[in-house]
Amino acid sequence: MLFSLQRRQQPSTFWVFFAPVAALIMTLLAGLVLFGLLGIPAAEAFYAFFIEPVSSLYGLSELGVKAAPLIIIATALSVGFRAGVWNIGAEGQLIAGAIAGAAVALWFYEVDAYFVLPLMILAGMAGGMLWAAIPALLKTRFNANEILTSLMLSYVAALLLSYMVHGPMRDPDGFNFPESRLFHEAATMPVILPGTRLHMGFLVALLLVLCIWLLLSRTMLGFSLKVTGAAPRAGRFAGFSQNGAIWFSLLLGGGAAGAAGLFEVAGPIGQLLPSVSPGYGFTAIIVAFVGRLHPVGVLFAGLLLALSYLGGESAQISLNLPVAVTGVFQGLLLFFLLAADVLILYRVIPRGRRPVIDERTREASRNQPSQAHRSEGNT
Amino acid sequence: MSDDVLVLTLLTIITAATPLVYAAIGELVVEKSGVLNLGVEGMMVCGAVCSFAVVHATGSGILGVVAGAGAGLLLALLFAFISLGLQASQVATGLALTIFGIGLSALAGQQLVGIAYEGLPELNLPVLSELPVLGQLLFSHDALVYGSFMLVAAVWFFLYHTRGGLTLRAVGDSPEAAHSMGINVLRWRYGATLFGGACAGLAGCYLSMAYSPMWIENMTAGRGWIALALVVFATWRPGRLLFGAYLFGSISILQLHVQALGIQIPSQFMSMLPYLATIIVLVIISRDQGRIRQNAPASIGKPFYPAS
Repeated sequence: MLFSLQRRQQPSTFWVFFAPVAALIMTLLAGLVLFGLLGIPAAEAFYAFFIEPVSSLYGLSELGVKAAPLIIIATALSVGFRAGVWNIGAEGQLIAGAIAGAAVALWFYEVDAYFVLPLMILAGMAGGMLWAAIPALLKTRFNANEILTSLMLSYVAALLLSYMVHGPMRDPDGFNFPESRLFHEAATMPVILPGTRLHMGFLVALLLVLCIWLLLSRTMLGFSLKVTGAAPRAGRFAGFSQNGAIWFSLLLGGGAAGAAGLFEVAGPIGQLLPSVSPGYGFTAIIVAFVGRLHPVGVLFAGLLLALSYLGGESAQISLNLPVAVTGVFQGLLLFFLLAADVLILYRVIPRGRRPVIDERTREASRNQPSQAHRSEGNT
Repeated sequence: MSDDVLVLTLLTIITAATPLVYAAIGELVVEKSGVLNLGVEGMMVCGAVCSFAVVHATGSGILGVVAGAGAGLLLALLFAFISLGLQASQVATGLALTIFGIGLSALAGQQLVGIAYEGLPELNLPVLSELPVLGQLLFSHDALVYGSFMLVAAVWFFLYHTRGGLTLRAVGDSPEAAHSMGINVLRWRYGATLFGGACAGLAGCYLSMAYSPMWIENMTAGRGWIALALVVFATWRPGRLLFGAYLFGSISILQLHVQALGIQIPSQFMSMLPYLATIIVLVIISRDQGRIRQNAPASIGKPFYPAS
């Protein structure tokens, strides 16, 4: 190896905050190399990707539209990740929520009543929770790995959605296109900024960030979840239920993803389509990590990753790049973040250099009374 | 069912099972060394696009196979560097690898969509392949199918009958003990991870060169994840893994034949079968916690860094 790692005496606070920034800078540099390889002038690509999408009020509102589902899902997921529960199937829970909410919208089609939208939101959350309850049950009852079961259920949910729009929920007057009826007025999310698509879901995202922050920092439940994840044995001794943490994390993640799915179909999309999300459920995992599993961090990370979607779309139009560039950037960002995180706990020592001796270590060894000295004092 | 239909069905099962065999046997070795690489899907899909691109450009099947394995290997190196060299969470790094791999393959393959390729040549073994029924079933496949069987046998022999296999298992069960015996744990884990990456690349290569000889975005469709589940299903044993891969191959082929028989089930529900089967199988295997504990590598997913 070209280097070795030396464990720090204490985690570095500086790198806790600076690692995401370093990762972002590295991602941008890697992006420049990538664009170079594709033969696109760096400045042009940079502008299309990061500046143009947010250079107008409408662009900024679109940032909020994309960030809302990411923040909602990632805030909830980060609670589970802290508790050591790996819900990777948020995409499936999002789809399940979208289907359940759409079912209510179509059931009350053209019923112009105030209760339709709240009922849809409840149905969306219930759908997501139901989908997440399956891995929770299989994990607590049969010890089945929740990573694999929740992920497999994402594929099942996508197929279920495809069946729904081709079958029971297809628009009867839609010339056999695989899509549902357009939701009517009472079944769509209120827009909070006239002339844009920015909807109530963004406010819900902000509210959720606040609630989860309070939950984690001010309540016993939040504390028990953090302990269960960081030190499962200590959590057991303290009487915190492992199964309880699994159920809570998955239902919270499922409910949030389900609501986010409903916000998508009742908001920017306005009907059920064969695809209701460009992978928000998976990207939210990255958002959670980039946001340091902290609600406030997730808020900023959600905006950043939302920009990667907008940038991808804009680059597709102006530079004729495939949308897949977004996935490449998102993956790179997470790679660089994970790599930069090493600096929180370790010092990287290049080969041939001697390990750093901490000022504190030296002090500690100086203050320690020697063995001989202590035994003298006893006699 | 006439003999011909039966033989054809069995042949399609073999082609459906082969990529699973490659991906899962590679991951089995990785996990035996105590590393959990959740990026199989990403390595597989990059292997698929790279081998297809190389075959399309050069016309050489062998170069295509090498490119597929090489792509998987490179991505595995990236994973190993971050999760082993830099001690990052293996779960998170594996997920990043999958997201990155899917994006990268779609980017690299955008010019290749819609191009067809005639597929790998069958190796008809002389005389044997002319036997009725059996000849077609057993002795007229492409080289990668034979390779998959040889690979499983080789992994089994290596793990349980060589000193190296013993070392690898020691590294996966108790890295501290292995380290104190003077074994370079990180080097073994690097090696196993790279092997797993090459195998996942081969799995992808089989998909885009033999199973359906073309490139479609995201064409692995979760097979990498099914391979991960297969390793658990096999309780980390190569023989059972081969059986499991063929079982899953049969299930994914079943959906095609049920429709051919005229049974009226919406196609989407039939397509769910492999995923649902994966869940059911995981539940059946995992509920016996003692068995999992007995067979799983004791230190799987736990980082180890030698204290200097």
